Amino acid sequence: MIRLEGLSLAIGRQPVLDSVSLDLAPGSITGLVGESGSGKSMTALAIMGLLPPGMRAMGRVMLDGQNLLEASEPDMGRIRGRRIGMIFQEPMTALNPLMTIGDQVAEVLRLHEGMGRRTALDRARERLDRVGLPAPRFPLTLYPHELSGGQRQRVAIAMAIALRPGLLIADEPTTALDVTTQARILDLLKALVRDEGMALLLITHDLAVVAGMADRVAVMQGGRVVESGPTGTVFRQRSHPYTRQLFSASRYSPVRGPRPAAPPLLEVRDAVRDYRLPQGGLRALDRVNLTVARGESVGLVGESGCGKSTLARVILGLDPLQGGRIRLDGQDVAAGRRMPRGLRARMQAVFQDPFGSFDPRWRVDRLLAEPFHLTGRPPDWRDRVAAALAEVGLDPGDARRFIHEFSGGQRQRLAIARALIIRPALIVLDEAVSALDVRVRAQVLDLLARLQADHGLSYLFISHDLSVVRGIADRVLVMQAGRIVEEGPPEQVIDAPRHSHTQALVAAMPVIPGDWI
Amino acid sequence: MRIGPALGAALAGLALSAAVLSAFWTPYDAGLMAIADKLQPPSGAHWFGTDHFGRDILSMAMAGARTSMAVALVAVAIGMGLGVPLGLLAAARRGTWTDEIVMRGNDLIFAFPSLVIAILITAVWGPSALNAMVAIGIFNVPVFARVTRGAALPVWVLDYIRAARVAGKGAGLISVQHILPNIAGLLIVQATIQFSLGILAEAGLSYVGLGAQPPTPSWGRMLAEAQTMVALAPHVAVIPGLCIVLTVLGLNLLGDGLRDALDPRLRVRR
Repeated sequence: MIRLEGLSLAIGRQPVLDSVSLDLAPGSITGLVGESGSGKSMTALAIMGLLPPGMRAMGRVMLDGQNLLEASEPDMGRIRGRRIGMIFQEPMTALNPLMTIGDQVAEVLRLHEGMGRRTALDRARERLDRVGLPAPRFPLTLYPHELSGGQRQRVAIAMAIALRPGLLIADEPTTALDVTTQARILDLLKALVRDEGMALLLITHDLAVVAGMADRVAVMQGGRVVESGPTGTVFRQRSHPYTRQLFSASRYSPVRGPRPAAPPLLEVRDAVRDYRLPQGGLRALDRVNLTVARGESVGLVGESGCGKSTLARVILGLDPLQGGRIRLDGQDVAAGRRMPRGLRARMQAVFQDPFGSFDPRWRVDRLLAEPFHLTGRPPDWRDRVAAALAEVGLDPGDARRFIHEFSGGQRQRLAIARALIIRPALIVLDEAVSALDVRVRAQVLDLLARLQADHGLSYLFISHDLSVVRGIADRVLVMQAGRIVEEGPPEQVIDAPRHSHTQALVAAMPVIPGDWI
Repeated sequence: MRIGPALGAALAGLALSAAVLSAFWTPYDAGLMAIADKLQPPSGAHWFGTDHFGRDILSMAMAGARTSMAVALVAVAIGMGLGVPLGLLAAARRGTWTDEIVMRGNDLIFAFPSLVIAILITAVWGPSALNAMVAIGIFNVPVFARVTRGAALPVWVLDYIRAARVAGKGAGLISVQHILPNIAGLLIVQATIQFSLGILAEAGLSYVGLGAQPPTPSWGRMLAEAQTMVALAPHVAVIPGLCIVLTVLGLNLLGDGLRDALDPRLRVRR
């Protein structure tokens, strides 16, 4: 049993954690939910004694009568791994690319238990079998690059549980994974807790994941646990206003007016895109057909590698097609210089990463004015920038600031302002809200719905997340291995999927039980 | 500021001020011979002593600093002027024939040691400080081309480059407006390193007689002329040697400091 008592932490005068208390019992799963900056990850790092240099936590982290906050670094070194294991969000960077998976798992055992190489490798084999990487298909000699994201996360889990720790901390373990992979990893974690009697601290921003997994849940806001208790009780009662806000935001869909029938704006016909690879060709787009009408929102859903981002690039005229055609307003879209600027100016894009979408060395006014390259910069461009800022709910005075001065949600508003500034007809939104917290996401979805009503915009909304698309799309397309496998209104696709792949996606979608709502 | 970069800045600054000052004033005429005063040890009249022709070593070292710095500076300018655009081009056309041609051309130049290029150039045009600049400069081109390409490649996949492409910008404009400013820090650091290597290379070329010719003063030639007298009057060799060592050390420390200051990842860890 690990018990956190009044765990507090401050950076200067700014409190990061404020008397956090939690009980992590063996064989139970505790969900820690909250938005970015709420202190979830700091809590985990404080338990592990891995706080950034210069930070010291107050309070107590009790493990078998010992306060871990007072343990020396060598003592903590022995406790980490042996008593407490941890897995992180990004399976791509959690493994050493130059070591085989067998050696990486065995290294933990050799370091902590002083095992010989042979014994350690035998134990590593047994642990990898346990996390669903069985011997014949996954020999110990594989390297991380030979595995998929989900398989790498399994190796990371095998390393974390190699010494059968009493507590496993999982910090957003499935956020970087596809929904079907997520479901399998969550099943594995559940089984490990049940079979090995571990305590699991599951840190996530996703209420639905917690609903399906956790025995108890703690909701964090601004470094404080504002509400905690058995998951069902917390979800049903929602006694704290912040819990209610989180809850409604995670199920949010903006109010949208009826859409009149309109002529098609974007037509994709039999689009084919091939990549040449060392090991042969890859057909990323296989005769894709797609139409977006004026003022319509179309959602495009699929797992990573299904070709949806490739489709976005060919539609935007960034990559060439090997077959078929794409027409916007009746004019052909082509890659490179062959595409007239006037046509290019009819489309803009908003990308996923609110941190990578802007040149860090430019000021906001110059950033937002970049699309004027297509139309020529009007003399009143500064007024247009100010108007665009106002339209997305930012202060026109922000024009002279740098991008690092803005939060993730603000940056995504800026990305939308940049896309709007030349008044395009179509905006391609590539995972545009995936990286945002639920409440910020709700605000951005609202903003998109309002702008669509005001300007008659068409959206192509690309996402791996069916639940996001449901709220904003008039029509949903499901993509698998370069093909569109299902198409229809969101209610029909999600509630009564016909294609087996859509059925698998819907089944893997974490949901909050209906009787808790 | 930590001690390393501060010391580096001080040493490099001292060498630079000596070089600039020598253009207007040196204690004695650097070429003035006074056989009667030959091989004097350091004294109040001659702080660093005199050489076998009775020339004032301090004056020669100051004027030599000017030669070394000018050669190294022009060599870095040649390297950056050609290498950076080539690297940007290779990165913008990554994976194409253009990229292959640029990078394999770099390999070709890399395959020749700079000394061999210098001998080649000297054989054709004769030895001089100017030809030393060209020889060292040519050797700098592939260094900057590789560093530029390597730094530009990860920037090309970022979303703000995609946004610029959606705004209709071509590879050239994106390279100048977005890529170059974002890799400038790295290029500045590489320039200080190449600058110090240039000083070393100039000294080496002059030492074997392929660099600055008499009467142009040069640290490398001072060393070469001093080598027969090391046992007799060690200061004649020690002074130019120290000049080279301290300047190169200073520039390397400065480069390290700049790298740490300009790389946010290193800044966080400290």
